[in-house]
Amino acid sequence: MAFQNTEHMISSYEEELTRLAESIAEMGGLVEASISNATLALLKLDHGLAQTTIAQDKQIDAMQRKIDENIVSMIARRQPMAGDLRAIVTSLHVANDLERMGDMAKQISRRSLQIESLSLAPKFYNGVKHMNDLVLRQVKAALDAYATRDSAAAIEVCNGDDEIDALYTSLFRELLTYMMEDPRVITQCTHLLFAGKSLERAGDHATNIAEAAYYLDTGRQLSSEVEQLHRQQPKE
Amino acid sequence: MDMLNSTAETRAAAAAASQTGMPVEQPIKLEVKDVHFFYANGYEALKGINLQLRDKTVTAFIGPSGCGKSTLLRILNRIYDLYPGQRVTGQVLLDGRDILGKNEDLNRLRSRIGMVFQKPTPFPMSIYENIAFGIRLYEKIPKSEMDGRVEAALRKAALWDEAKDKINQSGLGLSGGQQQRLCIARAIAVKPSVLLLDEPASALDPISTAKVEELIEELASDYCIAIVTHNMQQAARASQYTAFMYLGELIEFNRTDNIFTAPANKRTQDYVTGRFG
Repeated sequence: MAFQNTEHMISSYEEELTRLAESIAEMGGLVEASISNATLALLKLDHGLAQTTIAQDKQIDAMQRKIDENIVSMIARRQPMAGDLRAIVTSLHVANDLERMGDMAKQISRRSLQIESLSLAPKFYNGVKHMNDLVLRQVKAALDAYATRDSAAAIEVCNGDDEIDALYTSLFRELLTYMMEDPRVITQCTHLLFAGKSLERAGDHATNIAEAAYYLDTGRQLSSEVEQLHRQQPKE
Repeated sequence: MDMLNSTAETRAAAAAASQTGMPVEQPIKLEVKDVHFFYANGYEALKGINLQLRDKTVTAFIGPSGCGKSTLLRILNRIYDLYPGQRVTGQVLLDGRDILGKNEDLNRLRSRIGMVFQKPTPFPMSIYENIAFGIRLYEKIPKSEMDGRVEAALRKAALWDEAKDKINQSGLGLSGGQQQRLCIARAIAVKPSVLLLDEPASALDPISTAKVEELIEELASDYCIAIVTHNMQQAARASQYTAFMYLGELIEFNRTDNIFTAPANKRTQDYVTGRFG
């Protein structure tokens, strides 16, 4: 259970835990901005913004390394238990997922650098734009659920991943149709398809963060609870 | 018939456990039922304790100083009887039989439920006599058999190799860690079914502590063990169940994994994480 926190008797321990939570929030904010900028750079074909986003990935990677080091040090020195143990271990997972999401943003930016000019009609970009909005909502919701230890919100994020998967499938079909109708658009549509895939994978990482939030709040694994629920439900 | 049934039940439980990955739950050895304890001045140190200690299992008792965990341990083998005016209400069932009754054979009870204290307490005798003394209280056996019993006890306590060449020398000449293992050997020599360990390693250096913990792990396959400890990590390492006590009450009792990763009670969480204690 995530209880209302009393302060640690050792104030430096309390400060370390607070700083850890803050660094996760900071890293999360940076990653949200990266994903948003990467998609914008693709849709507006802004090469400058794409370059900036790629460079920012180094900052995200450095943050993850720092968080990892702090966590190993805390485990050695503090021998954390219960809620503190779950907070520290899940921070390790969340930092890892955020780093991977940063990589997704970098990949999308790299794609846009390979496009010379925007020659497609706006309708081509709607699918990716829609996916971007949805994924950013999920990422924000997952990070909020983690920061506030809200298991109910975490479950909602996990359920929301189906919509992203469905959106990617329809984007795939849509772009395929365009490519079959006009081979001249194949190159650009392929870039858009890969961008959509990167966004879909970012959505999966957001789900992982939500699962970490659930575990942090309840001490139970969401995936095994879902599995148990499926086993108990009668087959239709 | 009962033995056959319980064997079949144990096998079924083991089969089920291996499928789910959960440890097998052993039968209950010692049951504490609504136990209240009062010191001679009337102070109520234990306020209605209910819990079960399982056989071939280690149960840890944790809690801040004065919470009643050592007091509870001392009820389980009726050591409190040595102090006039102290009294207990409720029941303590050993294999289903209440041991708090007036007619209980206390010497017999204390051979069945052995105790080891924080400060090692070897008798001022040779290592051999430390072990043989207790056995002689209950059994009349020839020297050759006694030799075997002493060796078996020292082997079981992981002390034989270190002690065999000085077995007739004083037990007080051993190191602190060795003395503590001698006390454990002394307790198990009289064939108990339950071992009560009251902070057995808190007076020992880290290496001796590790040896005692290793010994507890081995003994757990044969005995019901209760250990009181201030060391949270030791409780987490050494036990399968943990009881958290506070101000004479049992606040939470659960599998050790749950207590130290996801306790249900906020006070337990505060204590194990070092937010109070």
